[in-house]
Amino acid sequence: MKYAGLLVMPAGFFLTVAALALFPDAQRRAAFVVCGLAVEVMGLVVAVRGHMPARGASRP
Amino acid sequence: MNPIPPIVPAAGQQMSDTVFALVLALLAVSPLAIAGVALINVGLGRSRSAAQVLLGNLALIAVSAIAFLFVGASFAGTLGGSGIAFHAVGKTWSVLGLGPVLLRGVAGASPQAQLALVFEFLSVAMAAMLPWGSGSDRLRLMGGCVVAAVLSGIAFPLAAHWVWNGGWLAQLGVNFSLGAGFIDAGGAGTVHLLGGLCALAVVWIAGPRRGKFPKEGLSTAMPGHNASYVLFGCLVALVGWLAWNAAGALLWLHAPLAVLPVTAINTLLSASGALVATFSVTRFRFGKPDASLCANGWLAGLVASSACAAIVSPAASLFIGGVAGVFTPLLVELLELAVSVDDPTGAITVHGAAGLWGLLAAGIFAPQPGQLVAQLVGIAALLGVMLPLFYLLFAIVNRVVPFRVDPDGERIGMDLHELGGGAYPEFVIHRDESYR
Repeated sequence: MKYAGLLVMPAGFFLTVAALALFPDAQRRAAFVVCGLAVEVMGLVVAVRGHMPARGASRP
Repeated sequence: MNPIPPIVPAAGQQMSDTVFALVLALLAVSPLAIAGVALINVGLGRSRSAAQVLLGNLALIAVSAIAFLFVGASFAGTLGGSGIAFHAVGKTWSVLGLGPVLLRGVAGASPQAQLALVFEFLSVAMAAMLPWGSGSDRLRLMGGCVVAAVLSGIAFPLAAHWVWNGGWLAQLGVNFSLGAGFIDAGGAGTVHLLGGLCALAVVWIAGPRRGKFPKEGLSTAMPGHNASYVLFGCLVALVGWLAWNAAGALLWLHAPLAVLPVTAINTLLSASGALVATFSVTRFRFGKPDASLCANGWLAGLVASSACAAIVSPAASLFIGGVAGVFTPLLVELLELAVSVDDPTGAITVHGAAGLWGLLAAGIFAPQPGQLVAQLVGIAALLGVMLPLFYLLFAIVNRVVPFRVDPDGERIGMDLHELGGGAYPEFVIHRDESYR
């Protein structure tokens, strides 16, 4: 889970860069930049959840 | 506030003698921000690790400066040089600097470039100290030094080139008409967001302190050992931050001297708004204001101001600080209680989240159109590249140089284990069991 989330984050970054390269008009570019950030946030949430120790599990 | 023109790299800029002397004087005062953060790091840790934390702060400054000299300064491209760039959709995307190795020829560089270099040396020292505070009470000195070397040699130069030295983020204004390009005059992104993400990766890899999250029940409270250090550190940091933001505005935004008083007022207002907000939130939630969280709020206000103090109005600055002051105690609590992240200094929230908010606020309140999209692209670049990069590098390095001290060392305290003597030799050392 944690690795999957961390792999998704660069995907969001590339989506943002692609928005700059592919869309000349401001509105669609802004929308895709926001989409890229949303993907990064989802990846971050997955990574955070992957690092959460399970309740009752042995902890250091 | 007046719209600012697209940002031009430091190496090609001219600067009057008066401005040169002023920026140099401001940079001479800026290390007080580092001293303030060091005091906060010590005060929020436990007494049995105090000397190790403070020595670690000094060691990290040294290691980061050396790593930046040997590797980072070349990749940052502050002194110019060829660099690595590719061409796509008719634009040039500069991704990495390739300046002279070991700063050869620095004496002959332009005054602007020399000052930019001093700013970057200070910035890299500040960034390196943030994960050290988050990993206190269990992070080994050697582990902290390796973290600082990776940050200063690889991640920070990349970000500094993108944002400050004519990289693709700085060129968003010229290439894509996105405002003035990515704005980060005081290092909210390149220093604080970067340091906060580094801290998150370190905390994930090193794990929580022993006894912090027991098998049953809520997390164990491990309060900082000296609130006086923490609060005095906030005052010291304010002095440094006033100079830091002013120097950044002159260096990276090429702001006129008339902007400096407003920049200083905005820095103070942001911290003030944040403190009042955190004071109110903690008083509402706990019945009494919490000293350490109020210190975190104050610092979060300063961090948020780093991105935007030179470009927003005083009222906007107060609002930006207020928002930072509201979310700081809530996010610190959320990270500890809901997500089980053990961050003794709160650097992930105070520097990471507040830095991110400051960058976003710069886009919201900046007068030029397209600035918000430029800021979002910059945030996406720093967040989406740097956190996975840190995690990957630290996961590899941790196998060679373990970050975490062995359980016995953690039990007796980092001072005794790593230094052979404590910061307070007349104190009685508490065992972990005393916290239960």
